Amino acid sequence: MSAFTTPILNYSLLLPILIVLGGALIGVMLEAFASRKIRPIAQLSITFGTLILALVQVWRIRHQSSLTAAMGSVAIDGASILAQGSVLLIAILGVALIADQEHFTALAASLPGSSEERESIQSGEQLTEIYPLTLFAVAGMLLFPASNDLITLFVALEMLSLPLYLMAGLSRRRRLLSQESALKYFLLGAFSSAFFLFGAAYLYGYSGSVSFAGIREAVIGGSGNDVFLLMGIAFLSIGLLFKVGAVPFHAWTPDVYQGAPTPVTAFMAAATKVAAFGAMLRIFYTALANAYWDWRPVMTTIAIITMLFGSFVAIAQRDVKRMLAYSSIAHAGFLLIGVIALNKAGLDASIFYLLAYGVTTIGAFGVVTLVRDSTGEVTDLKRWAGLGKRSPFAATLFAAFLLAFAGIPMTSGFIGKFSIFSAAYESGNHAIVIVGVLSSAIAAYFYIRVIVVMFFNDPVEDGTTVVIPSILTRFAVTTAFAVTIFLGVFPAPVLNFITSTALLLR
Amino acid sequence: MNAANYLYVSALLFTIGAIGVVVRRNAIVVFMCVELMLNAANLSFVTFARINGNLEGQVVAFFTMVVAACEVVVGLAIIVTIYRSRRSASVDDASLLKR
Repeated sequence: MSAFTTPILNYSLLLPILIVLGGALIGVMLEAFASRKIRPIAQLSITFGTLILALVQVWRIRHQSSLTAAMGSVAIDGASILAQGSVLLIAILGVALIADQEHFTALAASLPGSSEERESIQSGEQLTEIYPLTLFAVAGMLLFPASNDLITLFVALEMLSLPLYLMAGLSRRRRLLSQESALKYFLLGAFSSAFFLFGAAYLYGYSGSVSFAGIREAVIGGSGNDVFLLMGIAFLSIGLLFKVGAVPFHAWTPDVYQGAPTPVTAFMAAATKVAAFGAMLRIFYTALANAYWDWRPVMTTIAIITMLFGSFVAIAQRDVKRMLAYSSIAHAGFLLIGVIALNKAGLDASIFYLLAYGVTTIGAFGVVTLVRDSTGEVTDLKRWAGLGKRSPFAATLFAAFLLAFAGIPMTSGFIGKFSIFSAAYESGNHAIVIVGVLSSAIAAYFYIRVIVVMFFNDPVEDGTTVVIPSILTRFAVTTAFAVTIFLGVFPAPVLNFITSTALLLR
Repeated sequence: MNAANYLYVSALLFTIGAIGVVVRRNAIVVFMCVELMLNAANLSFVTFARINGNLEGQVVAFFTMVVAACEVVVGLAIIVTIYRSRRSASVDDASLLKR
């Protein structure tokens, strides 16, 4: 029997994750012990405080990067610091949207349409459980891109998914739709994580190690059973591609984006993409980099199908949230280009793209939360006609976000797309660049069509109004707008910071 | 006994689970099929731990059990809520989003 050695955890490197988990636990305690009156403000301030503290800690450890914590299970290198910073930034903006309790049911356990539900709304109760749930999801998202072995990766995947399944079902209006989206998200998510785990088992069987470094060595050595390796890559990729919503595994995306409360959709769409692509970059750039001949052709095909499918189907959408969902599928395809590029430029470009896309997504969904009628949000595109005349402010911001999605110069989307395409070009993959540019052009068509509807069509008089945003919503939307424009006009400081920081520990 | 046989059993269980998820209509049964798939993955992990001669795979199996338990908590909460509001746990009835 070998003696048990105390594991060295390097708490300072794990601190951002631990702070967020601590905040979430305090939130749970508040739910149990604090009175109903002080809960909303207490939860909100704890959530913001935790996220800002964690962001400060990420900033403080940025130079200590290239270390592993928890005995090699967690890699705190440049890439994970950048991913964690982006997740936290997006989470802060997302929580500012979630704080508008108008979108959430007051009592999740009550039956839709029951007297219990009416009473809970009339008495002004608020659904404060959403804050600890958000923090738990954020903790998973911080851990996911930093995971350096298969166990941590699986636990982090579930940690970020499980709270999101619940959050999808908490809408105040159209609750059946919301609960249905939660059920779909949950069943398909659990299905895909089973695939993920099965793939992990085969990668372990191939290499005899659960750590990415061990898998990498086994791939370079090439002595293992190749069938295990191929099965492992295939099944693991299914789990990851599901999370990012790439095409054969995208079926949940439109339904969940539409059914979930819009602030949750914003947070989920933006932050999950950052976390999942962060993890994907790590796996494919480190553990499986030398097996690229096995996965690159398939991934290229998936990226091409994803870009084209997302762009084409988005054209046919009549619902703003569904349109944004299909646009997020197309963006998953663009981001896959960065994974396939498999060079330093691809890594930098992907991280920049993730930050830019995430912030823009928060802003776009933030505007969607503001367009309402007496029964709640209006997401039918027809009823958005003439929004530019009725509320120039909201319509202008939404137009800016759409132009950023389309990748028009002077917005962050252009810099992101440009750098990701040039990284792919550098890696010699010219075909995918052509498809990428073509599908950007197709995508630009439907983004600009929405702008035309908003500004050049006559307003319809059916009670659709733009509500006056709360301070926090205004903060989220204007910050997202400022970042989107700033990253488009002066990308150099951020790009340089990413280029000098981003590296993956092998 | 040849360890590869356990891999065949695990692959078979995984396939049964995956087919079950696709063809069954009751959300609870679909969910049980997912659990079957997770346990099939567990069996693979333990078998590979035996083949590779280290303990890491067995450790993963423990983690998977805990995660699966958490998944049950969240999953049953969602399924029960759906059942209470529409008196059915069929995944075919939940089709408002398709229209």
